[in-house]
Amino acid sequence: MSGIEKSFPGVRALSGVDLTLHRGEVLALMGENGAGKSTLIKTLGGAHQPDAGTIAIEGTPVSLSSPTAAIEAGIGVIYQEFNLIPALTAWENIFLGREKSGFLVAKSDERRRAADLFSRLGVEVPLNVPCRQLSVAQQQLVEIAKALSQDVRILVMDEPSAALLPQEVKKLFAIIRELQSQGIGIIYISHRLDEIFEIADTITVLRDGQYVGHAAAAEMTRQQMIEMMVGRSIENEFPKQSAKIGDVRLRVRGLTRGVAVQNVSFELHSGEVLGLTGLVGAGRTELVRLIFGADRPDSGEILLDGKRLNIRSPRDAIRAGICLLTEDRKSQGLVLGLSVRENFGLPNLAQFSRFGTVSKRKEQDKFAAYVTSLSIRIPHQEQLAKNLSGGNQQKVVLAKWLEQNAEVLIFDEPTRGIDVGTKHEIYQLMNTLAAQGKAIIMISSELPEVIGMSDRILVMHEGRITGEVTDIAKTSQEQIMKMAIG
Amino acid sequence: MTNIASRKSQLWKSLTNEYGMVLVLLFLVAAFSVLTLEELVSTGADAGREVARIIADRHGSSAVVVVVTAKKDGDEEFASAATTALEQAGLTVAATTSGSPPQARKAIESALAEHRKVDAVATTGDAARWTVFDRIEGIGSEKCVSVEPSQWPKFAKTENILNVANQTAVYAIVAIGMTLVIITAGIDLSVGSLIALSAVTTTAVIQANGGAAAGTGAILVGCLAGLFACAAAGFFSGTMITLFRVPPFIVTLAAMLMARGLARRITDEESISDLPETFRNIAGSSEIRLAGIEFELPNPVILMIMLYVVAHLIMSRTVFGRYVYAVGGNAEAARLSGVGVKRITLIVYTLCGTLAGLGGILQASKLSGDPKLGVMFELDVIAAVVVGGTSLMGGQGRIIGTLIGALIIAVIKNGMNLMKIGSPDQQIVLGAVILLAVLLDMLKRRGTGS
Repeated sequence: MSGIEKSFPGVRALSGVDLTLHRGEVLALMGENGAGKSTLIKTLGGAHQPDAGTIAIEGTPVSLSSPTAAIEAGIGVIYQEFNLIPALTAWENIFLGREKSGFLVAKSDERRRAADLFSRLGVEVPLNVPCRQLSVAQQQLVEIAKALSQDVRILVMDEPSAALLPQEVKKLFAIIRELQSQGIGIIYISHRLDEIFEIADTITVLRDGQYVGHAAAAEMTRQQMIEMMVGRSIENEFPKQSAKIGDVRLRVRGLTRGVAVQNVSFELHSGEVLGLTGLVGAGRTELVRLIFGADRPDSGEILLDGKRLNIRSPRDAIRAGICLLTEDRKSQGLVLGLSVRENFGLPNLAQFSRFGTVSKRKEQDKFAAYVTSLSIRIPHQEQLAKNLSGGNQQKVVLAKWLEQNAEVLIFDEPTRGIDVGTKHEIYQLMNTLAAQGKAIIMISSELPEVIGMSDRILVMHEGRITGEVTDIAKTSQEQIMKMAIG
Repeated sequence: MTNIASRKSQLWKSLTNEYGMVLVLLFLVAAFSVLTLEELVSTGADAGREVARIIADRHGSSAVVVVVTAKKDGDEEFASAATTALEQAGLTVAATTSGSPPQARKAIESALAEHRKVDAVATTGDAARWTVFDRIEGIGSEKCVSVEPSQWPKFAKTENILNVANQTAVYAIVAIGMTLVIITAGIDLSVGSLIALSAVTTTAVIQANGGAAAGTGAILVGCLAGLFACAAAGFFSGTMITLFRVPPFIVTLAAMLMARGLARRITDEESISDLPETFRNIAGSSEIRLAGIEFELPNPVILMIMLYVVAHLIMSRTVFGRYVYAVGGNAEAARLSGVGVKRITLIVYTLCGTLAGLGGILQASKLSGDPKLGVMFELDVIAAVVVGGTSLMGGQGRIIGTLIGALIIAVIKNGMNLMKIGSPDQQIVLGAVILLAVLLDMLKRRGTGS
């Protein structure tokens, strides 16, 4: 792959990315969340079309116009979210869409071929039960077998180990080595650095959609790789102005929900920006959803200004003065089919209405003030939310919560997928809010951002808080990464 | 210049985008008007009254008139209407005859003998062409008065338009509730059965309180019972959907069966038609005075107009309306914005049930308390909503659109009836129209990229 470019409305996901994979090589594709890894492999899998650049296999340029075209070109992609039909058995899933022609399915033949594939992998998977009854590891094997049955020469695996137990990961590695010996090139994506050094031959690093570097795994240290991933100087990027830290506003005690959040306790002061970081799936979002009432905790309590809150829904949390800027703007932050004005008004209609009737003028006037102060770029207030760029969408969500004038603001990945300029504006806004004495929790996977904008940092790993950094000046990304890896 | 041009194009845009279905409706009205153009026959009761009016204007109340008709369809009505109207105006009807020219001659001559004059002969268009009048002394064809046949679309007659409106009314009223449900990305299949349940409940209460002799109080109690039963059914569906997260399709399918069964059980499969006049009048007509003009409108139509105004205001101006759109557009985002998604959904299904109950009362008043009322009604209602531009995916749709949709379907049905198109062909056309309407809507949406 060379010079791959891909833009989405408002975001440049990939620009000038090069990647070279040799026969029988395991290449680790590295980068922070949002670095463009997913977009790149979707391009390889035919799910996205690149705006520019070429992809060549064994010297021949190929056009991957659809997932089918990618398979025909010999590229198999196993996404983090599996593409299995839960109600069908392993062998039915493996041959789905490629049943031998004829009216009846060649049942016994397919079942035999599936068994062959699994024995080639040296594993055993129950053939005749629906896939939904299989473990995650077994489902992954079905995906691998499916790819093999298509005679792939290149296999892409996105976070294959994320949901596996340590012994299952060992097995997976054995399979990867077996495939490697069969001459299949593998692109491997993982956040677990240890794994990378164990399995990868070479490493390619992406950052902000750009190619940063490529090196043999043996020649790279962990330190170097983290630096390449997080990169860039952070002197002017984070305009942090520490506000006066006041009394404790929010106190969380022993908050637990299943395995996602386990016995989490912490305090949040007025004027404080508390950075909450960890790897994807560490339980950060799950934790703040409990505080916001989006999910109900199994146990634990939440106190605001010393008073115990009984939060049973987001409504209760909003009334108590807690707001959550969700991680996923499109599916959770906005009603895309409504206008930006209507989205802005959604939690605030009580302020704009009398006897249940909305005063559109009041709403418009209020929103117009935010359009100016946050410099939201929209042609008019009736613009549908879905037609906005990511940054402007985020600003609309911000406006909607600012109007609530909440005391505790939780920002979940507030700058994900947002351009540098808007990021800067959001940082300034956080400074202003902190100066007003608001208490802020900022979830972020971007370590420079966490270090650059927080007054204090909590690190989560597998549902627990595994570290706290109080002296920001003395911390480093490596220190935090170590806590996050657990 | 550019300003005007852009404003013009914007007007055109909003016409085609927001009110594209209005254009379709207007087109249909125009098309059916042309297709149902016919000779207004110069016979029948209307023509009789018209002829009487002309004669009274021309000759005054001292005139002596003979009414002459042939023996065709409508001639009898013509004769009796003309005679009554002439006598009401104080004129003398010397004779009324229907049959052949010789019979007419006989009648006119005996009238001449009796009254010594005949000022005018009221005839139908057909009879006016007879030559017999010229052969009678002192008569002549110039004394014959008939209505000139003229071209007028059957479709656009006042009574037909009112008829269409009246037939639409119940569908349109129930479709308000359905629109809300579909905007929340749900569906309610139970409305047809709820119409029967409401009709049966209402009439059963009235029957138990004296039947045809029941008083206003009993009627009121009956109507409230019908409304309450349907509201409760809607509330039940809403509870299943919100609390237990059963898909709306399944819940309301079950409710459809249960409500139908219940309705049949209440009356033992009988139809209750022993109803007081006051109850019959609910779906009757009322005199309306508007800007000095007095006219008669069917009550269901009046009710429909009022409900649409209220529903439109609720959906466009109130907090509740905004929340309904938000729930359908993205329930999770709405919930995370503090919207009580479950509460809104529950209210919407309860409202939908209640409106179906109202529809049931109207149907019972028009027809009877029949447990077989409203079979397949839900599909017509859903069709009206969908043709009106509401997306089954939720989050989009307009109340007024639904009214237009209901009217489009009613106009097509009525137009085809007038053109004497058979029921099988009507079904084929209606199916195609629904598909086409939705297809156009989707293409339009794709075209504007929203």
